[in-house]
Amino acid sequence: MISFILNGAAVTVDVEDDTPLLWVLRDTIGLTGTKFGCGIGACGACTVHMDGRPVRTCVLPVEVAEGRSITTIEGLGSTGSAGSTGSGDARHAVQQAWIDAQVPQCGYCQSGMIMAAAALLDANPDPSDADIDAAITNICRCGTYQRVRTAIHAAARARRVE
Amino acid sequence: MSGPGQKFPDRSGLTRRGFLLSGAAAGGGLFLGGLVTDGRKGLAGLRTARAAEAGTSIPLDARITVNTDETVTIFVPRAEMGQGVYTSLPMLAADELDVDLANVRVEAAPVGKVYVNYALFLPEVSKADGATGDRAERWLVRSFLGWQMTGGSTSVRDAWRTMRVAGAAARHMLIGAAAAEMDLPVSELTTELGFVVHRASGRRMSYGSLAAAAAEQEPPGNPRLRDASEYRYIGRPIPRLDAPSKTDGSAIFGIDVRLPGMAYAAVRHVPVFGGRLVGFDGAAIRGMPGLDRVVEVPGGIAVVADSYWRARRGADALPIEFDPGPARDLSSETILAQFRTDLDSGRREVSLQDRGQPRDVFDAAPIVVDAEYQVPYLAHATMEPMNCTALVTDGSCEVWIGTQAPDFVEDAAARITGLPRERIKVHVTFLGGGFGRRLETDVAAQALTVANQMKGRPVKLVWSREEDMQHDMYRPAALSRFRAVLDGNGLPLAVHHRFATQEMFKQYAERNLGFFARTAVGSVADQREIGAATRWPYKTPHLRVDWVKSEAVVPVGNWRSVSHSFGAFFNEVFIDELAAAARKDPVEYRRALLQAQPRRRAVLDEVARRADWRKPLPPEWGRGIALHESFGSIVAQVAEVRVGPDGAIRVERVVCAVDCGEVINPDTIEAQIQSAIVFGLSAALHGEITLRDGRVTQRNFPDYEVLRLASMPRIETVILRGGDTIGGIGEVGTPPIAPALVNAIFDATGRRLRTLPLAGQEGFGA
Repeated sequence: MISFILNGAAVTVDVEDDTPLLWVLRDTIGLTGTKFGCGIGACGACTVHMDGRPVRTCVLPVEVAEGRSITTIEGLGSTGSAGSTGSGDARHAVQQAWIDAQVPQCGYCQSGMIMAAAALLDANPDPSDADIDAAITNICRCGTYQRVRTAIHAAARARRVE
Repeated sequence: MSGPGQKFPDRSGLTRRGFLLSGAAAGGGLFLGGLVTDGRKGLAGLRTARAAEAGTSIPLDARITVNTDETVTIFVPRAEMGQGVYTSLPMLAADELDVDLANVRVEAAPVGKVYVNYALFLPEVSKADGATGDRAERWLVRSFLGWQMTGGSTSVRDAWRTMRVAGAAARHMLIGAAAAEMDLPVSELTTELGFVVHRASGRRMSYGSLAAAAAEQEPPGNPRLRDASEYRYIGRPIPRLDAPSKTDGSAIFGIDVRLPGMAYAAVRHVPVFGGRLVGFDGAAIRGMPGLDRVVEVPGGIAVVADSYWRARRGADALPIEFDPGPARDLSSETILAQFRTDLDSGRREVSLQDRGQPRDVFDAAPIVVDAEYQVPYLAHATMEPMNCTALVTDGSCEVWIGTQAPDFVEDAAARITGLPRERIKVHVTFLGGGFGRRLETDVAAQALTVANQMKGRPVKLVWSREEDMQHDMYRPAALSRFRAVLDGNGLPLAVHHRFATQEMFKQYAERNLGFFARTAVGSVADQREIGAATRWPYKTPHLRVDWVKSEAVVPVGNWRSVSHSFGAFFNEVFIDELAAAARKDPVEYRRALLQAQPRRRAVLDEVARRADWRKPLPPEWGRGIALHESFGSIVAQVAEVRVGPDGAIRVERVVCAVDCGEVINPDTIEAQIQSAIVFGLSAALHGEITLRDGRVTQRNFPDYEVLRLASMPRIETVILRGGDTIGGIGEVGTPPIAPALVNAIFDATGRRLRTLPLAGQEGFGA
């Protein structure tokens, strides 16, 4: 039995301790916004926040999450983190910037991309292009990178205005 | 385990077919926490509104349902895989129907002949009448090649007529119903965003209130389409309707489908192409938690469990034995050697272009420029690994899958379950990338095979990234040889191009089509497609282009832009080499040879102007150009590259001019051009699938690297509206980028790289 906080609520799961958190989120709990891409932590599609920091859950044994706070894409807009624009289902500044810049294409990698971007802005409210290059190593096969960069800068500006 | 064939010392446990691992439903993995989630929430959007909301949703057309809550549901019969068809196709219908897109809901259409993609076979689409072929041609397509396919950059070309006609017909029926209700002549009525209005009296009736009566109206066969000046969406940058759901995790891809009591399956393929499963040792994994059974499926085995992770672990641990078959010694080197031999012998040669007397010219001429180019196999590597969910009962079958060919999935379901088509339902989800990979039905056949043995229980079958990369249908490798004679002005007098590669469509047809279509389509489609992709467009009095068919057991398929991905590379690097040999500017040289092709020249001129072609660059920088026509659109690109002292290639900027005729959503065009350039750059710089011992060497992203954000060039796109036809957009940006990049590297370094991929070649870094 492993317990952790998921998007603000306590959860307990009964799975093998070494089950990757990704599959616990998707299959056991049913939150499918976090995606499976590579299974080896190389593509970032499975990125969530653990205690506010980005982690790749396809290689993170669920036992590591014991007692920690996990935020997935489903909880991003309502967690009250620095980038949240309000409570409830309000969009996070990064999510709004993503829509404004029309970033998603197929959309499959975007949950992980958004979670990585939100974590970057929590750590660095005004990232340079070089900071973005270093922090956003997620793979997008649709090639949305140019708009990802635009949206991150826009979200940073939006948060500074608030 | 390694080596071409595994043997077990003790064969007593080996079995074929089904193998039960546990008798009872397995426990464990139960969810106990305090969070309630509805995993099926997003699935609601996949079900047809007609079934879910009978009485409140009134279909006026196969594509349009008007709901009494004043929303309109538009059924899109093409797959949304990033290219924006869940926005662009509704835009076409909404402008004719005269509704606000904010009130439009989009759903995937079911499988049906009414959704045939005519433009696949009749791709010449004029802006004016939108015709895809004449009546006889359309009948032929519908009767014999009636595919509901998303491919060939045809979605908008096909929908330009069908979606607008659907919207216009529904509007006509709503006006007819209002005329009856208001007791007014139709000629006095018009529409305003969801209402039929009588301007003289100010009376108006909403579409929702008219829907039931409208459904009783006779659908007009050929409704009058509105004037373009009345459109509020077509031609404007409209935000994607699916963007919100793709930023909050609610968009449902195939892999996200969840059904009550669902089992999970993981696949292990026979690793060698053309190899055959001999058996597996099910007893070796009995006792692992949650496992249900092992099922032999096409291509390998599937291990079924109560969670994906448990199924995956079981599949990884399962000992399998296979016969590697004839491909046991196949490697990239043996295939390349075969291409060379076949080019030398000219066996199975097909002439694609032939004019003048090239042979005589070559025999007589002293000045010959020649070059040999080489491209590797490429994987699609869609972000969402292959997957499919299926539920088979005694009398029905349902399939949930992100597919570009739902009717072929239905074919597979009918074949595997033996059920009639009316008992089979295919639900198309969002696709986590397609790029041609999801035109195949291999994973659907596997899921259906498992579900057919577990009647009444839904099964979700998911591949690992490693299985996905090693069991793709690859972009074919190819080897190309050019030679040319230049005249006194340095212009081409004679060009001879011969290249060797596999027959792709023939393979696709054998995998996916019935007997008639297989016989009719395969080779014809190959010749037509590869002929267009390698067509030499430049003025040349003596010309020959030959394709030497060279077969291998490597499975090959449609990869974004198909043969254009290498056709453009061969032609556009070679024309650059000719310009260099003639000591001419690459843009001016091309211009001189395109005098009879004003549309191409306009695109070339525009890209050169936007890219400041003549402006000097700093040391280490280079600029290269390429121009290519594909899928009815003309695209030119200028790449600016910087090659560092260590040989590291950095693409700094790409300027792209595209003429796709009519423009539906310019924001989507810009996004698709960026997307296609990144896709092509990933391949040009890094992409390579190699073979050893009959199997693929690469396993996952570290050894099949793709472009990431830090390497992203600045891309500038300019859209031209030339010609009176409509071209495709999803693939057309990919072909020119590799040659533009190679030509830019030549400009920077004086070295012409003739083999892809580029990174890591001698003298060049990553």
